[in-house]
Amino acid sequence: MADLLQKAREAGFQQAEVYRISSQSQPIRFEANRLKEATRRDTSGAALRVINDGRLGLSATTDPSAEDGLPDRVRELTPFGAKASFELPGPSESPEVEIFDPAVESLEFDAMVQTGQALIDAVRKDWPDLNCSASVSRGVHRQSLANSAGLNVDYRQTSYSVGFGGELVRGDDMLSVWEGFGASRMFTDTDWMVQSLLQQLEWARETAETPTGQVPVIFTPRGVSAALLRPLLGGFNGKAVMTGSSPVGDRLGEKVIDELISVYDDPTIDGAIGSRPFDDEGIPSRRMALIDQGVASNFLYDLQTAGRMNAASTGAAGRGLASLPGPGTSVLDVSPGDTPYADLFLGIKEGIVVERLLGAGQGNEMGGDLKANVSLGYKIEDGMIVGRIKDTMISGNVYDALSKLEAVSDEAEWVYGSLRAPAIRCLGVEVAAAG
Amino acid sequence: MRVFRVYAKPGSEHILTLRDQMQNALTGHGADFVEIRLEESDSSRIQYRAREIEEIGRTSGLGGSVRAAVKGGWGFVSFNDTGDLESRVKLAVEQARAVGSETTELADTEPSVADVPPELVNDPGTVSLSEKKDRMDHYNDLIWSTPGIQSSTVIYGDNRRRVHYVNSEGAAVDQEFVHVICYVSAVARDGGDVQQAGFSIGSLGDYDLVAGLDDEIRAVGKRAVDLLKAPGIEGGERTVILDPVLAGVFAHEAFGHLSEADHVYESDQLKEIMVLGRQFGQPHLNIVDGGAIPSLRGSMAYDDEGTPTKRSDLIRDGVLVGRLHSRETAAKMGEAPSGNARAISYNHPPIVRMTNTVIEPGEASFEDLLEGVDDGVYVRNWYGGMTEMEMFTFSSGEAYRIRNGRVEEMVRPVKLSGNVFKTLHQIDGIGNDLGMNQGGGCGKAGQSPLPVSNGSPHIRIQNCLVSGA
Repeated sequence: MADLLQKAREAGFQQAEVYRISSQSQPIRFEANRLKEATRRDTSGAALRVINDGRLGLSATTDPSAEDGLPDRVRELTPFGAKASFELPGPSESPEVEIFDPAVESLEFDAMVQTGQALIDAVRKDWPDLNCSASVSRGVHRQSLANSAGLNVDYRQTSYSVGFGGELVRGDDMLSVWEGFGASRMFTDTDWMVQSLLQQLEWARETAETPTGQVPVIFTPRGVSAALLRPLLGGFNGKAVMTGSSPVGDRLGEKVIDELISVYDDPTIDGAIGSRPFDDEGIPSRRMALIDQGVASNFLYDLQTAGRMNAASTGAAGRGLASLPGPGTSVLDVSPGDTPYADLFLGIKEGIVVERLLGAGQGNEMGGDLKANVSLGYKIEDGMIVGRIKDTMISGNVYDALSKLEAVSDEAEWVYGSLRAPAIRCLGVEVAAAG
Repeated sequence: MRVFRVYAKPGSEHILTLRDQMQNALTGHGADFVEIRLEESDSSRIQYRAREIEEIGRTSGLGGSVRAAVKGGWGFVSFNDTGDLESRVKLAVEQARAVGSETTELADTEPSVADVPPELVNDPGTVSLSEKKDRMDHYNDLIWSTPGIQSSTVIYGDNRRRVHYVNSEGAAVDQEFVHVICYVSAVARDGGDVQQAGFSIGSLGDYDLVAGLDDEIRAVGKRAVDLLKAPGIEGGERTVILDPVLAGVFAHEAFGHLSEADHVYESDQLKEIMVLGRQFGQPHLNIVDGGAIPSLRGSMAYDDEGTPTKRSDLIRDGVLVGRLHSRETAAKMGEAPSGNARAISYNHPPIVRMTNTVIEPGEASFEDLLEGVDDGVYVRNWYGGMTEMEMFTFSSGEAYRIRNGRVEEMVRPVKLSGNVFKTLHQIDGIGNDLGMNQGGGCGKAGQSPLPVSNGSPHIRIQNCLVSGA
């Protein structure tokens, strides 16, 4: 690794950085209730990023024999590149974050098969017509970063994930249910996933008529993740702020949504998918409020966007091998409120629960647009779930909806292991349905 | 076969061609089926954000994978270090052996041996980076010529991908593809109200894709600014007319995904529901898909299992007559393989995918479609679309009110939803003006974006569920 950096130095670049990844993942996949495929993926590659005469250049390859050519390629590109607004950082102290578990690294194939099959068998005991699929995956990822300012850091990260679901077909009526969890450490408790799937199946047993118009909507933690967080946080991305296209870019310190909501970006949570000791430019991780009791408090910056905004990087840089880093979220942590989950339903004569969406994010998300088909949702009648709603769409604006909050549940739940959120009840979402 | 990378075994005096080496690695494995894919790629990208260039990059890739079947179970390994193919084959076979306990079933195909050159019109590889950049500079400047623009994004990308494929039945197929894509968007803002407009286009092997876009790009800038003043509409069921681009997305989402046999082949209930001969739409509705339809983003001579592609009728006269298959789904359903097993890259096994999906043109003019629509929405262009089981959704990039048979004011873009068992029947008008949408990529099972195209003439749908905006 010092090699490529050395070559870049010899090539005369004023600043240079080598980013290198090497990953191995082993997913197994179940289809139609039994094991179908075992996979092993080995991925490796290197990227050279330079700053020369004030401009940025990057070239990457997954072909080890092409690495020697990277300095020449970068030299060709850099004169056309973006103006660099930063200098590569030197070494600094990073927090300890638990992201490696030897138990994941040494996990046996047979144990993974048993885990997946047990989940399928457990749910099919009650629902024998359910056509189940599942995946169990383990992986080890290593990445390293070295630059001409003396930074030379690396980490290893394990990941373990279990997901399973099923399809139920009743005439022309189809239902798809799913549950899953991932972590950077081993977990063995998967019974709650079976319970979750059974609950979804039970609530969806009957089909109910969708109440339309502006009715109370409860977003489950999964629904919060699917519907609210992306359009909400798009405006907190340093790139949107830098270009003035964020609806909240000039409102730092102002209340932008209800004070019941606080959202943190926290890459230091042990065991979470997305946690890391430092970001993909080597900036140490820290827990940071994006929204503190409804107030816009920090934006997500990498080095380049921070430099443009005369701010400091917040350690938010993420990158793929082949592209320049950019700011993004790591692990999102939405604070719980004070309403017991069951009480969220109190007093709702007619309303809906949103669990999963189809097509969210494919629109004007930057403006806070919240529009999607409700692929899994339920009708609430007199405070009770009475059945699944179908052929239903919701629309609204996330800033508006989160300003018309009615309640936030007092427990936050992990959603797929990469974010934690409570359930949220709000008004201001329009519900439409096909007759 | 053109050899542009030669692998030599250390200490060996024989230098083998890549294909020899791949074929040698296939022998002596004891599996029912083995295939090896090696892939080389070279990509360029130029990206602007707001007034400035954000990124300009060139990336090369090399990687490979081996897939093996034993007793109906699959093993798959992928790698970047392509040095020791024998051990990769061994590992894939071991994986398959650990999985399989039934019978491997693959539809018979004649093993193809071919070397397919890329389909090229104006090869982006012959255009210098500075020339590409000059053109994109010009386009980005054009967006900013509209007063009131807050930000812009312009992305240009081209990609050359060469795939070498061999399998244990004797197939040996080399194919090369050149793709060009371009994405343009403009953002306008008024306080907390942020609106955007844009388009996404692509071509197979033609740099001229990005020639002569001045008018479209000026229109994007203007539309973003105009959207700030555009009213919303209420959600509900409405008569909608889709332009060819959005109707292409509709074809892909509304029917294409459910015609992929991997959803169906292991479920007796779905087989019953998706039975050939079932009426899905009115007799004027015809939908086809095929990699053999030439010169489009989803065009290819062979799929990623080496099966020759074709043009498959999916819906003919409103009736389900065919579906998209891999060799395994075809065998298990007793139907013919269609050449639709595709992998986004060496990193993934081939799965059943669409290629070029088209609603065939009918006879109505645009005016015919408008006639009698007292209160409806004309939706154009697209952001995206998704399908889950029988439900699907697709989002428009532009929307206009229709009143008394006339297209009137622009409203904020809406999303639309449908149900495959109802919505296709509700298509009551099919235009005569086929257009293709080549700006999209399809995502499925973690493989995204796969180059596909889709197309349609203008179509009219009654009682289509439209979101509020």
